[in-house]
Amino acid sequence: MSKPIRVLIAKPGLDGHDRGAKIIARGLKDAGMEVIYTGIKQTPEKIARTALQEDIDVLGLSILSGAHNYLFPEIMRLLNENKDKEVLVIAGGIIPLSDYPALKEAGISEIFPPGSSIEEIASFIKNNVHSK
Amino acid sequence: MKKDIYSPSDLESVDFDKDIGYPGKTPYTRGVYPSMYSKQLWTMRQYAGYGTSIETNKRFKYLLEQGQTGLSVAFDLPTQLGYDSDNSLCKGEVGKVGVSIDTLADIEDLFRDIPIEKISTSMTINSTAIIVLAMYIALAEKRGLPLESIRGTTQNDILKEYVARGTYIYPPKSSLKLILDIFQYCSSNMPKWNTISISGYHIREAGSNAVQELAFTLANGIEYVKLALASGLKIDDFAPRLSFFFSSSMDFFEEIAKFRAARWLWSDIITNRFHSKSDKSKRLRFHTQTSGASLTAQQPENNIVRVTLEALSAVLGGTQSLHTNSYDEALSLPTEKAVKIALRTQQMIGYETNIPSTVDPLGGSYFIENKTKEICTEVEKYLDIIEKQGGMVKAIESGYIQKEIQDNAYMLHENLHSKIDKQVGVNCFTEENNQDIKLLKVDPKNEVQQVEKLNKVKQDRNNQKVEICLANIKTAVKANDNLMQPIIDAVKEYATLEEIANILRKEYGEYTESIF
Repeated sequence: MSKPIRVLIAKPGLDGHDRGAKIIARGLKDAGMEVIYTGIKQTPEKIARTALQEDIDVLGLSILSGAHNYLFPEIMRLLNENKDKEVLVIAGGIIPLSDYPALKEAGISEIFPPGSSIEEIASFIKNNVHSK
Repeated sequence: MKKDIYSPSDLESVDFDKDIGYPGKTPYTRGVYPSMYSKQLWTMRQYAGYGTSIETNKRFKYLLEQGQTGLSVAFDLPTQLGYDSDNSLCKGEVGKVGVSIDTLADIEDLFRDIPIEKISTSMTINSTAIIVLAMYIALAEKRGLPLESIRGTTQNDILKEYVARGTYIYPPKSSLKLILDIFQYCSSNMPKWNTISISGYHIREAGSNAVQELAFTLANGIEYVKLALASGLKIDDFAPRLSFFFSSSMDFFEEIAKFRAARWLWSDIITNRFHSKSDKSKRLRFHTQTSGASLTAQQPENNIVRVTLEALSAVLGGTQSLHTNSYDEALSLPTEKAVKIALRTQQMIGYETNIPSTVDPLGGSYFIENKTKEICTEVEKYLDIIEKQGGMVKAIESGYIQKEIQDNAYMLHENLHSKIDKQVGVNCFTEENNQDIKLLKVDPKNEVQQVEKLNKVKQDRNNQKVEICLANIKTAVKANDNLMQPIIDAVKEYATLEEIANILRKEYGEYTESIF
């Protein structure tokens, strides 16, 4: 049997809207993955550090404060400073479609808007993890 | 138990005098005032704020020109968390979800040319409520207005922040002390100020059901009352200024019954548990916001109809004020156009439908009365469980409340994706995802401008006086005195939000979340 996929669900930014993050964390656990949830108000530095320490395969970012255009590229920059391991980064929250291209350019593989199901997120992860 | 048809047999356990009665009289099930909207409509109060205080001042004036009758300030997250806009933790957050406030200079710009003695202002501010309220008081005093004339509300409900909203700074005990300072100051100086808005809205948004929303909110209310009584305040000195805030979601009749049940339960609690002698203390007055979580990013214009139905529940449930969400809020902060439609929705219900001319028109309905009673019974079961755990602070510390909310949120998510629950445009009647509506963009330049303004205020103020004021706050904290007056003195000298919050951080410590 292969090793389970390790996922870090992180909440950057200052907002406390953690309903989505907690549902995704629980759902991916039910889908057989190992999931760590950071809690709210995590700085990019903290997220990158946790990602490294926990040796994760997937990083899921959830944000509803509107600060994604600053915070996501910053997190990607810090993650890329450590090139030992390729991490699949996905995101969700209140993110307008018009912001998608720049965020994907920065290295976010997929963005899941409100209404996305755990099945589609889990299958995206399974199809794309370790393939980079 | 859900049935197709309700009949007189469903009212067997309902007593007219004890459970229903007349509006404006105990148990207030049918409304807190005798004539309700037939004399005066609810306050139309749209939650608004973004960017700088100058920009939000324009949005306020626009809303007032469009017929809004109360103000409601949305503050950005740095303001809610006690950080100035130049703090490195705030990069990308300044002015994003609300207006940025660093000093009194921002509050002065925010309310420029707005007569605050004539309009009530609600502020969604919790852990920094004492500082922001001090700024509002300073503004009133600088304008020469008597504080007795100032009307409004500070949300100031910290307990729900630990379970649902996240803008806590200090540990519960110290946070509750700050709330009490506001209760005490206002009970002698600001008789028209609602010192707290005990909020179920965020509990519901975090994923609870209607019964949990009401139960946990009332349990928080009980905790605040116990605290105030323990500090020596008398029930009828502060209870009349307690107010509430609920969500209105898509289960149309359940929401109406929830609002009616809320009034019955609070009247019962204040009368029988806390022995109030004043009718004013027993009246549960509340603000309603339509449910943000019920809005869909898919086919966003459909949200206009959702909001209409939810607003109607709130009106039929007897709300005192109402915020209607804008159709684009699953995507971003609302545009002017979207906000206007949301406000117009309330105005149409208020002026075109004739609904407001009859008080509690659903009173006596077999279904509504049965449902109201059922919600009361279910809520009382939760209140008993919480009481047995030693009260709400204990139930939060143990993670019980958070777990209840999370379990329900997960169930709702599962129900949606297994199509047990339907959502138009999301799991049925879907279309290809496109967002061809115009969204509001908060200009990143706002952050730069706000930091420049803060620097200028710091340059121009009398720093020696600021230091003295900050030292006075520190002394008062150490002596466990009421902090309201020292903070008012400090903000008048343009001490910043973070300078004041930092004194409290140092003395009280900071709370970190436990993951349940």
